[in-house]
Amino acid sequence: MKNYLFESFKNMFPCDSELANCRYFSPDKKFMKDGYSGIEVQNLNVYIRDNQILKNIDLSIPDKKITCIIGPSGCGKSTLLRTFNRLTDDVEGVKRSGKILINGENILDDNYDITELRRIIGLVSQRPCPLPMSISDNIAYGCKIHGIKNKKQLSAIVEFYLKAVGLWDEVHDRLMSPATKLSIGQQQRLCLARSLAVEPQFILADEATSSLDPASSRNIESLFVKLKNEYSIILVTHILQQAIRIADYVIFMYLGEIIEAGEKEEIFCNPKNKLTKEYISGSFS
Amino acid sequence: MKMKLKKTKNYEEIIIKLIMYASTITVFLALACIIYTITAQGLKALSWGMISKLPSGGFYIGKEGGILNAIVGSVYIVGASTIIGLIISIPIVFYLNIYLRKNSKLAYASRLSFDVLFGIPSIVYGAFGFILMVFLGIRASLLGGIITITLLIIPIFVRSIDEIAREFPHDIIDASYSLGATKFETMKVVIRQLSPGIATATLLSVGRAIGDAAAVMFTAGYTDQIPYSLAQPAATLPLAVFFQLSSPIEEVRARAYAAALILTLIVLIFSLSGRLIMNNFSNNKLK
Repeated sequence: MKNYLFESFKNMFPCDSELANCRYFSPDKKFMKDGYSGIEVQNLNVYIRDNQILKNIDLSIPDKKITCIIGPSGCGKSTLLRTFNRLTDDVEGVKRSGKILINGENILDDNYDITELRRIIGLVSQRPCPLPMSISDNIAYGCKIHGIKNKKQLSAIVEFYLKAVGLWDEVHDRLMSPATKLSIGQQQRLCLARSLAVEPQFILADEATSSLDPASSRNIESLFVKLKNEYSIILVTHILQQAIRIADYVIFMYLGEIIEAGEKEEIFCNPKNKLTKEYISGSFS
Repeated sequence: MKMKLKKTKNYEEIIIKLIMYASTITVFLALACIIYTITAQGLKALSWGMISKLPSGGFYIGKEGGILNAIVGSVYIVGASTIIGLIISIPIVFYLNIYLRKNSKLAYASRLSFDVLFGIPSIVYGAFGFILMVFLGIRASLLGGIITITLLIIPIFVRSIDEIAREFPHDIIDASYSLGATKFETMKVVIRQLSPGIATATLLSVGRAIGDAAAVMFTAGYTDQIPYSLAQPAATLPLAVFFQLSSPIEEVRARAYAAALILTLIVLIFSLSGRLIMNNFSNNKLK
């Protein structure tokens, strides 16, 4: 049971590292149970000063699927995403009501351990943002702050996740050089590897491909498709084509409200709401 | 018509280039003249004794001994005030950039006042430090010099670190948070990103602090001895140059140039090593 996730991961990305015997963060029991473990949002309202950004959001996000949140800019997609890992906490004048249940616990509760929350929810931002350190330190950083000190183990982790995102062959001879010297597409893959290294359960991607060239975007997209066997991926995008390509489940938002949510085929082939229909047909964006 | 436009553009290019060359050459010439003067005049007085001995026979007319007292005094004052200045300035910069909003009036007002403080002549700092010392009941001493020089370099620190902190990519903070880092751990990443800026600021302020005569004249005093407590007066290199240069005896004047040469060399060594360390740091910086 303990090595379940790792074993299947290893099959996906063949790798002969010594990591095989250590799943290093104690696996969350609920995460490992076979039951439902997605994200459940109940009646969420978010205000920033006097503006209501999110209105009565009710939502359940399926586990181990790619969920795309689509909608015109300014509709609250990013705010919703950043509420999931509580990055909105530091925004000035933010108020929230409602619940977000992850693995059955309300993460908006003040007592919820925020560092642990952010460990199980990885974030890949719009612009790749490597930390000001070397390539290997970028990956090891998250593990170090969560208490892994063993150097051998850290370097095994670095190798494993660089292989997982297909970056190992490109950078294995310069792991100590600054991460900022990588190309922008490589940086984004590095950021993804950095999030994966702390063994999250969910990956939030905020327009993760929008600053990349077409080849790198395809690269990231195919990584997401590979990763969805092990992780739940929530992707905010304004590129409809991207949603059509990789989504399993689609959520359409407009002006802070969820207009429609459902399986991809349902939303794209047979939208129930007029707004959704118009957005998908390209009448507005 | 098109040809003509192209021709004027070419002229513009040439003129701008000439201006750039002219200013670069002016600066280089000025620097070369200064270095030539102090080397030519000071080299004959420069010896190992200058660096390793205390002066004998008084600093004004004495021809014997060295200026170890001034070297040590300067290093004490500059070292201490750089450390204190950094400790005071970094929180100010963090407050201005992280806690205050972008269009905050307080931030605007404080930036403006730091700009003004930047431009105030150092003799005014000296006078202010002197009044402060009278008020506190301190005599001209190492402590007085440190206080005044700290006041002098804080605006330099704040404004030069601030300029870099304003460009700080906020994504880094989010990236660190979203890996589960605490505020303190994130702060360390921020300081890492800012470290080239802090290093540049330190180089600038040390350069200003070590070369300033007016600020220390009333506050640190002058002595032939190496100070061994904060309450004792301390000699400084710029004052060693100043006093010896005004001497009627030629040998003593040559010693002033030698002291200036030593001062320049100290600044040069410090800048070069600072830059070396800085290059190491800035490698990892996110552009």
